[in-house]
Amino acid sequence: MTEVDYAVDDDTIAVVEDADLPRRLKDEVYETLEDRGDATVEDADELAKAVEARYIDTRVEPLEPVGTVSAQSIGEPGTQLTMNTFHYAGVAEIDVTQGLPRLIELVDARKTPDTPMMTVYLEDEYATEREKAHEVVWNIEATKILALGDVSTNVADMRVQISLNEETLDERLITPDEVAEIIEDNLGVKAIQNGTEIEFGPEEPSYRDLLQLVEELRDITFKGIEEVSRVVIRREELEEGDEQFVLYTEGSAFGDVLEIEGVDASRTTCNNIHEIHRNLGIEAAREAIIEETNNTLAEQGLDDVNVRHLMLVADIMTNRGEIESIGRHGISGSKDSVLARAAFEVTVNHLLNAAIHGEIDELDGVAENVIVGKPIKLGTGDVDLRMGSINPGPGGQAD
Amino acid sequence: MRNSTPKDIGSINFGLMEPEEYREMSATKIITADTYDDDGFPIDMGLMDPRLGVIDPGLECKTCGKHSGSCNGHFGHIELAAPVIHVGFTKLIRRLLRGTCRECSRLLLTEDERGEFRDQIDESRKLGRDLNDVTKAAIRQARKKDRCPFCGEIQYDIDHEKPTTYYEVQQVLTSEYSQRIAGAMQGDEEEGIERTSPDELAEETDIELSRINEILSGSFRPRESQRKAIEKALDIDLTEEDTNKLMPSDIRDWFEAIPDEDIEVLGIDAERSRPEWMILTVLPVPPVTARPSITLDNGQRSEDDLTHKLVDIIRINQRFMENREAGAPQLIIEDLWELLQYHVTTFMDNEISGTPPARHRSGRPLKTLSQRLKGKEGRFRGSLSGKRVNFSARTVISPDPTLSLNEVGVPDRVAKEMTQTMNVTERNLEEARRYVSNGPEAHPGANYVRRPDGRRLKVTEKNCEQLAEKVQASWEVNRHMVDGDIVIFNRQPSLHRMSIMAHEVVVMPYKTFRLNTVVCPPYNADFDGDEMNMHALQNEEARAEARVLMRVQEQILSPRFGENIIGAIQDHISGMYLLTHDNPRFNETQALDLLRATRIDELPEPSGIDDAGEPFWTGYDVFSELLPDDLNLEFIGTVGDEVVIEDGQLIEGTIAEDEVGEFGGEIVDTITKVYGNTRSRIFINEVSTLAMRAIMHFGFSIGIDDETIPEAAQERIDETIEDANDRVEELIEAYERGELESLPGRTLDETLEMKIMQTLSRARDNAGNIADEHFSDENPAVVMANSGARGSMLNLTQMAGAVGQQAVRGERINRGYEDRTLSHYQPNDLSAEAHGFVENSYTSGLTPREFFFHAMGGREGLVDTAVRTSKSGYLQRRLINALSELEAQYDGTVRDTSDTIIQFEFGEDGTSPVKVSSDDDNDIEVAQIADRVLDSEFASEAEKEEFLGMKRQPTNLSEHADTRFAEETEVPSDD
Repeated sequence: MTEVDYAVDDDTIAVVEDADLPRRLKDEVYETLEDRGDATVEDADELAKAVEARYIDTRVEPLEPVGTVSAQSIGEPGTQLTMNTFHYAGVAEIDVTQGLPRLIELVDARKTPDTPMMTVYLEDEYATEREKAHEVVWNIEATKILALGDVSTNVADMRVQISLNEETLDERLITPDEVAEIIEDNLGVKAIQNGTEIEFGPEEPSYRDLLQLVEELRDITFKGIEEVSRVVIRREELEEGDEQFVLYTEGSAFGDVLEIEGVDASRTTCNNIHEIHRNLGIEAAREAIIEETNNTLAEQGLDDVNVRHLMLVADIMTNRGEIESIGRHGISGSKDSVLARAAFEVTVNHLLNAAIHGEIDELDGVAENVIVGKPIKLGTGDVDLRMGSINPGPGGQAD
Repeated sequence: MRNSTPKDIGSINFGLMEPEEYREMSATKIITADTYDDDGFPIDMGLMDPRLGVIDPGLECKTCGKHSGSCNGHFGHIELAAPVIHVGFTKLIRRLLRGTCRECSRLLLTEDERGEFRDQIDESRKLGRDLNDVTKAAIRQARKKDRCPFCGEIQYDIDHEKPTTYYEVQQVLTSEYSQRIAGAMQGDEEEGIERTSPDELAEETDIELSRINEILSGSFRPRESQRKAIEKALDIDLTEEDTNKLMPSDIRDWFEAIPDEDIEVLGIDAERSRPEWMILTVLPVPPVTARPSITLDNGQRSEDDLTHKLVDIIRINQRFMENREAGAPQLIIEDLWELLQYHVTTFMDNEISGTPPARHRSGRPLKTLSQRLKGKEGRFRGSLSGKRVNFSARTVISPDPTLSLNEVGVPDRVAKEMTQTMNVTERNLEEARRYVSNGPEAHPGANYVRRPDGRRLKVTEKNCEQLAEKVQASWEVNRHMVDGDIVIFNRQPSLHRMSIMAHEVVVMPYKTFRLNTVVCPPYNADFDGDEMNMHALQNEEARAEARVLMRVQEQILSPRFGENIIGAIQDHISGMYLLTHDNPRFNETQALDLLRATRIDELPEPSGIDDAGEPFWTGYDVFSELLPDDLNLEFIGTVGDEVVIEDGQLIEGTIAEDEVGEFGGEIVDTITKVYGNTRSRIFINEVSTLAMRAIMHFGFSIGIDDETIPEAAQERIDETIEDANDRVEELIEAYERGELESLPGRTLDETLEMKIMQTLSRARDNAGNIADEHFSDENPAVVMANSGARGSMLNLTQMAGAVGQQAVRGERINRGYEDRTLSHYQPNDLSAEAHGFVENSYTSGLTPREFFFHAMGGREGLVDTAVRTSKSGYLQRRLINALSELEAQYDGTVRDTSDTIIQFEFGEDGTSPVKVSSDDDNDIEVAQIADRVLDSEFASEAEKEEFLGMKRQPTNLSEHADTRFAEETEVPSDD
């Protein structure tokens, strides 16, 4: 017996569960029945039947070429998308690739997006108190030496001198000792720390080494995640009128951020589908592809594209348990049929390889059947019609 | 081709061919490079040998006896004087050389390793992965071996010089070994290396002292083990590289000895593709049908690129043989061999990097085998996946509002050319004879008839009368296209399925295709010179499918967003807006005139009696006549107020874009979903004709006066802009004084730019608002903007107020000269004017500088569009290729053609995107159904049955059948 969260009796459940409806509609039927209170089992049955009739009416027709329809539905509005790479997505401070380039990037399943970013949601008091939220910010944003104080080179003594800003140090929860230690670890020099002053230099006096050290010093990440160059903190309204702080980052390191205290791992996302795949698995990646493509289209006012199309694209990209791109290196390149691959791109190589491996083209797909001139196995080509017998036997009408 | 049996290809096997197979299938051996003799006859055993097939009409093929057209041609062959490498397999040849033993030709892998790779190959085959990856891994493993695990032979590295030369690189003892050893034994004081005495060396290397001395004197070449020991002891390298060129014949011999089971480990099918077959000893010569020569006007023959290439090959081949027989020196032989290799290489692929392409006399690179297959115009994409077809027509399109949206106006000359096949039976014999007797020139005539014996006769003006009498049942008549025939109509780019729809023919005079304007949105067509294609269907199955699935009315709902894509456009919307906005009154004549192109021929009860005692009808009433009688709707409309329809009567609201427009007009959408496509087609047709009548009734035009504003308003606009300029100056001054505070995450410069942009765009809006105040709601531009017919208030602002900031790449214009945009400005002038702010409106006219900035902005838009179309075109091609195999199944799953499940339920709930609008997440309203079902509002049991049961749409196959349906509202469906 299926468990349901609605106050209805077992017979009703039996009747409703029997109907050929998706979960969502079944729940709605229960809800309606519950609201009415006085509905009998017969009522429930009738209602379920009526809803079922409606639902079946809106179902996809069997043998419909849903793939082509989805591809067209995403490709067609592509002509209406902007080429303008940079646009502002919600947060004016962070530039994010938008429009057609972003859509291509997603479908290509690039290893890193052009403009990686994360949206970091916070937990409990971190989300409500600015101080606390800032704590998280300092743990994420890469802090370079220039943010902590001034760096000067003393050419006479061949020394690099850093005078740290006490305020920023306090704010970013880092001590001069730590700074000195990180410098020693990273540059392999002996740093002399005196209060907020740190001084070090090359082992042997050499002007080139000195400059080299300064260069390297600037690249050291003292705190936070190296990949994240900037974090913007925003106050956002929740549905119930509450407010929360949300962090937007330039650069992404999804796995690292999820570990940080105060980060709400259940809501935090990033725009790199591969990072999501690595950290949260293939289903999350599928969800991310749907979400990202949908947002990209919505940003350009094309939010009327049915999600089902995006789902199908996401599903085929993730069908093998890893993210495959759409195109020659992914799905199109791994088709079973030699002819289908040859007809797409890099024609000659596919033919030569097929010869070496002794491949056999079974001619199941669409492209290869177009090539050999046979009806394709989709839609009306997938049904065989047989003329009904003139004399209907005892078995009944031929239909 | 009635007699040719249709061939059904079951599967295609790929593999390499054995030389012997080439010889077997060859019709003749080719030995002479010449094509035709002086009399113009093909030379025997030449490249145009008549046994290779026929291209000239009238001649007979010497091999199969068929004539040109039915003979497919036959391959010949050339016996190559020496083996040459097939360019396509150079990488694989290199891999095999590296991975197999130079002595015994066995794969350099132990039994365990072989098993491992064999498993990997099997797995990759099953999963459809690239086998090459496994091959590569196996070769990498094999290369690690210094010695053959079977015969113990030392293995050397193979060098590959592109494209087709291979060397074996051996590490051999250098000839200067004694000097080097001596040198190293001297030591180096600066580096701190001590001297080594021969005694010490002997001790360290375990070689007898006398040997060491012999080695040092150069009289004994150290063996390999000794060499290594010395090298180790002295830390020197005693070897030098010795490269040994591998001739194709060597490679062939090498490969011949590779055992079958070793090859299988690499994923090569030994049954079909022996590696030695990658080195050619026999070259197949394609039949002449594959390389036809063309006769030019002056009688000269021009040969195909492939023939040219073959001539080269034969010439060199011949020279090679002659030279070899004459005992020419090895150097010359090698040169010729290389030349032969070059010609065979370019015969297969003329775009090899590193090799100069073979050129035609004119300097154009030859198009050889690979080039014929590759690319968009290549064999695969250009001739196999897409073909040129008969029974198609293309011409300019023009609008015709009197047609139904299902119809297309076809020029009579097209109708006379594109025929439909009629199978003559007893029942249509008369009709068929009538067509034939009309001849090919008169319109509903016929062009050809086919007798049952398969002979096709042309109908001419002369023989048409006689022929008509001869026509019998079981003949076929190719009659002209007539009204009501179904054709397929298409406009490129075909981006979605609504770009190809079926229309019913209406034969018309003149030369253009005519279509109803409401089908412009799905085709994305306009009439500024667009051309469209038409295809006449040639069998009954295709015609039936086109009617049932592809007719325009079946495509009213777009699967992209699940709402109607066909609806009223442009003037239709303005017209409906005028008709319903203030709900004007019409007298009987006017009301009847409005409805004259619809099915309504009787007016309803008048809405009232006016002051003069005359009955009147309101716009609402007139429009309501078109609605289904039991339609109930309530929603927020275009103008922002509520639209209420009760029992098919418009009670409240204005009818405009969101009501009846393309892309989701609410009323059209509802009618299509609830009352079916036929009713919707009727509604759209009638709305568009009513709207045209209405707009003609009221009159609608736009001129320059409609955008001019009074002097006073102009002054206020000027003031606003002056104000904005001042504010920009202030910002610049603040910036220069360093008082400007930067926005978080932005530099000072960026902040200034953003603030200036903000100020100026506000100024533009203000100017627009001032201008707007002076436009009444009757202003045609305002009517169009408000109703959603065309244009927006922004367009009006730009025409009457100010054009505003011009932008390139989302910034103010910052390019041109150093530190300034134009030489008219001071360097580093940050003012609004100097960076492309256009103060003037389109009506007042732009200054030359403004015009230039405007053109810069406009140009960006053009470039953008050009780049975008190619990018998005490729994106769509990839998407379609990746998804084309997916199909919804009877069990609700989505699978590809090899039955892999992609989705267990399409879109997670199995709902069709055509039937559900994408912005409602739930189209089925359970509560509403519950109200109906459970509170039993049904008049009769039958009505209830109908509500509960599934709706079945009657099959309506043509405009005529549909009219009958509309009149009787119900016709028993015939399915």
